[in-house]
Amino acid sequence: MTKLNLTKLGLAAVLALGAAAPALANEGGMPPANTKVGNIPAVQRGARLYFNYCIGCHSLKYMMYSRMADDLGLSEDQVRANLSVPGAKIGDYVRSTMPAEGAQAWFGKAPPDLSLEARAKGPDWIYNYLKSFYIDPARPVGWNNTVFPGASMPNVLWELQGVQHAEFAAAKPGEDARVEKLVLAQPGRQSAQEFDETARDITTFLQYVGEPAALQREKLGVWVVLYLAFFTLIAYALKKEFWKDVH
Amino acid sequence: MANEGVNHGRRRFLTATTAVVGGAGVVAAAVPFIKTWLPSARAKTAGAPVTVDISKLEVGQMLVVGGNVPEWRGQPIWIIHRSDEQLAALPSQDPRLKDPKSENADQQPKYAQNAWRSFEQHKNIMVLVGICTHLGCSPKFHGELKPEPFDEQWKGGFFCPCHKSRFDMAGRVYDGVPAPTNLKVPPYKFADEHTLVIGVDPEGAA
Amino acid sequence: MANVIARAVAGVQDWVNYRAPGMMPAYRKHLSEYWAPKNFNLWYYFGSLALLVLVNQIVTGIFLTMQFKPSAAEAFASVEYIMRDVEWGWLVRYMHSTGASLFFIVVYLHMFRGLMYGSYQKPRELVWLLGMLIYLVLMAEAFMGYVLPWGQMSFWGAKVIISLFGAIPVVGDTLVEWIMGDYLPSDATLNRFFALHVVALPLVLLLLVVLHLFALHEVGSNNPDGVEIKKNKDASGKPLDGIAFHPYYTVKDLFGASFFMLIAAFIIFFEPTVGGLFLEPDNFLPADRLVTPAHIKPVWYYTPYYAMLRVVPSKLGGVCVMFGAIALLFFVPWLDKSKVKSVRYRGWLTKIMLALLAVCFVWLGKIGAGPGTDPVETQIGRVLTFLYFAFFITMPVWSKLDKTKPVPERVTMHD
Repeated sequence: MTKLNLTKLGLAAVLALGAAAPALANEGGMPPANTKVGNIPAVQRGARLYFNYCIGCHSLKYMMYSRMADDLGLSEDQVRANLSVPGAKIGDYVRSTMPAEGAQAWFGKAPPDLSLEARAKGPDWIYNYLKSFYIDPARPVGWNNTVFPGASMPNVLWELQGVQHAEFAAAKPGEDARVEKLVLAQPGRQSAQEFDETARDITTFLQYVGEPAALQREKLGVWVVLYLAFFTLIAYALKKEFWKDVH
Repeated sequence: MANEGVNHGRRRFLTATTAVVGGAGVVAAAVPFIKTWLPSARAKTAGAPVTVDISKLEVGQMLVVGGNVPEWRGQPIWIIHRSDEQLAALPSQDPRLKDPKSENADQQPKYAQNAWRSFEQHKNIMVLVGICTHLGCSPKFHGELKPEPFDEQWKGGFFCPCHKSRFDMAGRVYDGVPAPTNLKVPPYKFADEHTLVIGVDPEGAA
Repeated sequence: MANVIARAVAGVQDWVNYRAPGMMPAYRKHLSEYWAPKNFNLWYYFGSLALLVLVNQIVTGIFLTMQFKPSAAEAFASVEYIMRDVEWGWLVRYMHSTGASLFFIVVYLHMFRGLMYGSYQKPRELVWLLGMLIYLVLMAEAFMGYVLPWGQMSFWGAKVIISLFGAIPVVGDTLVEWIMGDYLPSDATLNRFFALHVVALPLVLLLLVVLHLFALHEVGSNNPDGVEIKKNKDASGKPLDGIAFHPYYTVKDLFGASFFMLIAAFIIFFEPTVGGLFLEPDNFLPADRLVTPAHIKPVWYYTPYYAMLRVVPSKLGGVCVMFGAIALLFFVPWLDKSKVKSVRYRGWLTKIMLALLAVCFVWLGKIGAGPGTDPVETQIGRVLTFLYFAFFITMPVWSKLDKTKPVPERVTMHD
């Protein structure tokens, strides 16, 4: 076996690992969110939903209003009217309306800032989290969540989704009963499909907030890769020409 | 090493092509790094235009809010409601000034390049950057038309204590003082009769 | 016009040559008359690529330092500031984070080349030792760099790794406090790691790289056949199998660099986190000393050693095994008893051992990246660690025992 074969084998293995890496990262086996950050209408819808349902508790402290306006193709007035909190200026960062002291007292834990949630947990987690609330009288806020058991957050989207109940599998001795599935006990304003899109839109928006540069990054990447491919070819031609000398 | 049969022309061509394409790439790659030095979004926000309410500004007064003059991009902004008497005295100072017609275009926007260095429709409102054009001290406002120790024929204006530069009630610099140019007029516009926005030109203006 | 420029350039050259006569000989010695073997293959790209990545890290690092705030209170937010509010800040950051991981890919392949072709054998032991020092400093540099964003993994990774020093008897606890400047990783730790990462270690790294190249140029490069090209010279003293580094390898390395940058661009622009391998999800949460992440693990390039640390039951034992694994590499020039340098002319035993080492290293890396709770996996990890150590400790035996093929006098041109 010549060195060349080992080299090719090694390279193949590394490339395979590299290709598998993103797939390997999808732990938990949750249904995928299938979000596309480049889908601006979805980001806009998600933003609208966020400022209706989420901004009351969760800030986006690294997101500037003016940046949102630019990236989403909206005017300053549109942002001020639909995607804003009272008193915010276009150059401000997005702060929630909840006073900090209140948060700790009411929920036991301040609702976290969500600027980077999509990068820390991944869009799949957020999408499934939003869809997995169920009524639980044992919890202080009356809700629990299969994706994040013991969450202190109520289901703010219940009017859209409806109310889910948990059906428990038979408890093994010494263990708590596990949730087997969630059943819609009371329908909301949206059908299952519509709510699915709602959850996806909010997730897409949060994915955008996590990395606003993503929009620009991929567009530019095409050109950079094309240029480098072109330059590699030229460099190769140059190399081949000079190496004609070498025998 | 065999050198016979080397196509030098082809080598030169390929080397030059590689150098040019590569050089273009290096320049293009340098651009983002250089651009990181531009004011960031946060700096731009901090340097954003400032809205000022002048409804309470009385004649002869300089606007002060909470003990301070307004600020734009870290510079003190003087907003003065000039009296008609002060305006009338302006032409008389022309022979004593370095740049009476405000010909130095760097010191004011086009719409302030006139006899009063302010908007025609709002002549009385003077907006200036309160920094002496000599070495950057803050001149003192001497609005009254009366003889001053530094000028017997004083018709109102500004006197800089650091090196004795003098400016008239339109911010124009006098002859014989170290300051080289008139006080700067920042870009500004009237959002309405009682509201100024410092830092933007009116729509459609230069 | 061209004539005028040419004469002006020649004039400047003469002026400099008169005042610094050593410069032209240095250029000749290290570039235009550095006779490198003509049979360098794919494995020989990684040295120049490592230099390319080093330059990238320094340039992007300088620009990051212009905006980064090295305090526990502001560090995390300043990184987000760079990613969002600074024009092109995101690009500089991704180039730096991608470069860090690519640095280790390149360096590991570069080291493996050395193992395969016996590049550490006499008279090149010093080159190998300097290279190993570079590797050590690089690991420290990358570790400190990772702490700077002050995310959850920055903090907890720092806590775990620094606490390893606590295993040292007698001085351990004091040493840990001394390193941190506090009772836990804190502002004091971040600030000093910043100084080390930005100034001290890069200077050391640059010095070591220069020495590494000087040491190499003193003895000349090895090659895939392990043939000493200086043994066969022509009338003028030039090795028959040697070619001038410039222009032949400068032009070849330019191509290699371009291809490498193409791959890097794919990563930077389309998948900068590489599924969480290059930029870990937990590090997008600000450091919280009261909340321990579910899985504390180092970045992928440390995971093989981390696995070794974890599979050994005792803390001090684990630390010794982990540092021992790296220390062993320093001794390779003296552990290898074979007279033949390159694996091309060694027997199947050497080939198996090398493959085994690679498999152990990668598999241990995978184990180190996992939670480490599976007892079966831990057992496998112990076996792999044992095999890794066996590679080195038994090398004097298998390197001597292995059959060898006759090494040719002249190099062979495979590809």
